[in-house]
Order: sequence, then C-alpha cells, then structure tokens
Amino acid sequence: MDASQIIFFLSAALILVSALFVVTARNLVHAALWLIATLFGVAVLYVLLEAGFLAVVQVVVYIGAIAILFIFAVMLTRRDLLSQSSQTNANWPVALGVSALSLAAIAFIARGFGFSLDRPLAPVPTDSLERLGQALVSPQQFVLPFEVASVLLVAALVGAVYVAMNKK
Amino acid sequence: MIPLSWYLYLSAALFAIGLYGVLARKNAIAILLGIELMLNAANINLVAFWRYTDPAQMAGQVFAIIVFAVAAAEVAVGLSLVISIYRARKTVIADELDLMKW
Amino acid sequence: MQNPWVYLGLFLLVGIIIPIVPIAFSALIAPRKPNPIKQSTYECGIETVGESWVQFKAQYYVFALVFLIFDVETVFLFPWALALNAQNPAVLPAFIAIEGVIFILILVAGLVYTWRKGLLEWA
Repeated sequence: MDASQIIFFLSAALILVSALFVVTARNLVHAALWLIATLFGVAVLYVLLEAGFLAVVQVVVYIGAIAILFIFAVMLTRRDLLSQSSQTNANWPVALGVSALSLAAIAFIARGFGFSLDRPLAPVPTDSLERLGQALVSPQQFVLPFEVASVLLVAALVGAVYVAMNKK
Repeated sequence: MIPLSWYLYLSAALFAIGLYGVLARKNAIAILLGIELMLNAANINLVAFWRYTDPAQMAGQVFAIIVFAVAAAEVAVGLSLVISIYRARKTVIADELDLMKW
Repeated sequence: MQNPWVYLGLFLLVGIIIPIVPIAFSALIAPRKPNPIKQSTYECGIETVGESWVQFKAQYYVFALVFLIFDVETVFLFPWALALNAQNPAVLPAFIAIEGVIFILILVAGLVYTWRKGLLEWA
C-alpha cells in the first residue's frame, strides 16, 4: 500500500463518516458543518486525481459560498432548529431500502464494467488549466455551455432574489 | 496507485447516503444538503473518469465545472424558496407543506 | 518532495495540531471546580437575555447569494483568462475576449437587477 492509497482511505473515511452525520444530525447547523467536512474530503480526492484547480474551486465555491449559504438559511428559519422531535419522516425505512438498493445497483454496474485500467495512467498535461480554458472558449467544444452557464447564474440570482425578498 | 473502481465505489456510497438524506429527512434544508452530497458523488465520478481515460481531453473537468455552476444555482433558488415558504407558513418541514396535495 | 500538495497537506496538519495541543494540555492540567456563576456565559457581565440562536436578518442571505453567484463566475473566468493568454490559441484571441465580455455582461445584468431593487443597501 503506497502513500496515495493511505490518503485515499483517510479521505474516503472522512467523506463517508461526515456524510452520514450530514444526513443524521439533529441540529441542522451541525449537519451543515459536517457537510463542510465532506466537501473538504472530496477536495482531497481531486488533489489525488491531479485536478488541482477543481480542488481549489471545491474549497472556494462549495465550502466558501454554498456551505455558508446553507448556514445562513438555517439561521433564517430557526424555529425548527432545536426541535427535539425526530428529524426523519415516517418513510425512513423505505428510504433506507431505496438507497441501499441504489448503492447495490451502482456497485454492481461498476463491477460489471470490469475496468481493467491497471496499465500506467497517461500523465496529466502540465498546462491542463490552459487546456481547460481553451476547451471552454473553443466553438468546437464548450463555448455554448460556457455562455449558458452565465445565463443560468443570472436566472438563479434574479429568481432567488425575487423569491426571497419579495415582501407583500 | 489507486484503481478506478475505488473511486466508483466511494461515489456510489456517497450517492446512496445523499439519496437517503433526500428521501428520509423532514426539514427542507436537510433535503437540499442531501442533494449536495449526490452532486458531489457525481462530480467524483466525472473527475475520476477524466483522470483514468484521457487527461489531455478536458471534457470531464468542464462537466465538473458545469456541475459546480448548477449546484450553486440550485442552492440559491432552493434556499430562497425555503426562506419564502418559512415566511408564509412558519415551517420548513416538507411534510407540512401539503397545500397542493389532494 | 516534488509535489507541492504535500507541503499544503503538511501545513494543514501542523495548522490542526498547533491549536489542539494547548487546548488539550490546558484541559488536562486545569482544576475543575464548576459552580453556577462560573458557568454563566459572561461571568462578570450582565445576565444574558433570551437564547443565543437569534433570528438572522434576511439581508445576510442576499449578500451571500450575490457572493455565491460571482464566486462561481470567477471559476469560469480563471480558465478563460488563461486561454486568452495562451501561447498557441486554438481560437482567435479577439473571439475569446468577446466571449468573456458577453459572459460578464450577462452577469452584470443580474447585479444591476439586485442593485435597482435596493438590496445592496443595508436597510
């Protein structure tokens, strides 16, 4: 077992344990804080996969903005925050069954594909971030998603502001 | 050297945990937290396949970035809806928001 | 080591250990004689009123929202800037620049909307 495998197991344990706390924590502030731990573990995985830019984006966007937005929303709707009643609905055994089934199905498919990619990996080009930019602006590739993402963000901003701040 | 299948199993487990959160939690914000977990599971898969197939082609990373943008938009609108519902109904429990249920 | 991420990991590890050591040390050696006055939030201050989980102003949410949207914008603009600066661009640099300007202009429309609604003022 080499160093990268040890790091993988440590971050996988961090991801799965904190994800379990995210879905089981009574207090929603704690759930949001556990989400930060999960997201950080995923950032470590991106580093292992040599996608450094995505690791930074994960920390800056997910932890720095999305998790904070969650915490604000929890603070804004605090009536049910500390309720001691159960945080799961009556259907939770069904939910457990469905998610266990989906886990089994995905794992079965992943195994059935038989990825025998044990040959040495192709090295990541050193200018991969520049290539990413080229892919985003090249008309043969992703220039349309690039611009549509901007429209999506504006729609989300306007819609969210309208819904959240419309006082009647 | 980490086999690709480890990433796939990890993301499957993360996806299943997120799915459980979405289906079982009462609080609407907690449901959105579950959706975040599922989106992250998908992203792990995308980046892992990018790394293990042809890292010179950046499609996998572009998909991952688009997922980031979609997640941001989804969280912004979703939490706004939750806050708006909380203002009108004084609750964020999804089961109690049954006005449109017959 | 060749990999710069190893330094970051070591830095993180040290950053976690350094605050934990004094906290654990003081927890180990400090005497514990609790009484109600000592346990109160502000031992020498005024009695606290109500609970500490106060309702936030909704404006915090709007600022976080605008921050989130423009945070994601930087994610797109950083690779775009590198593509603009590339040595052998696959596309005309002027074309790349126009794409970026369109991208920013669309987002500025959202900012203008928020501004005109007066939500960037601290009410």
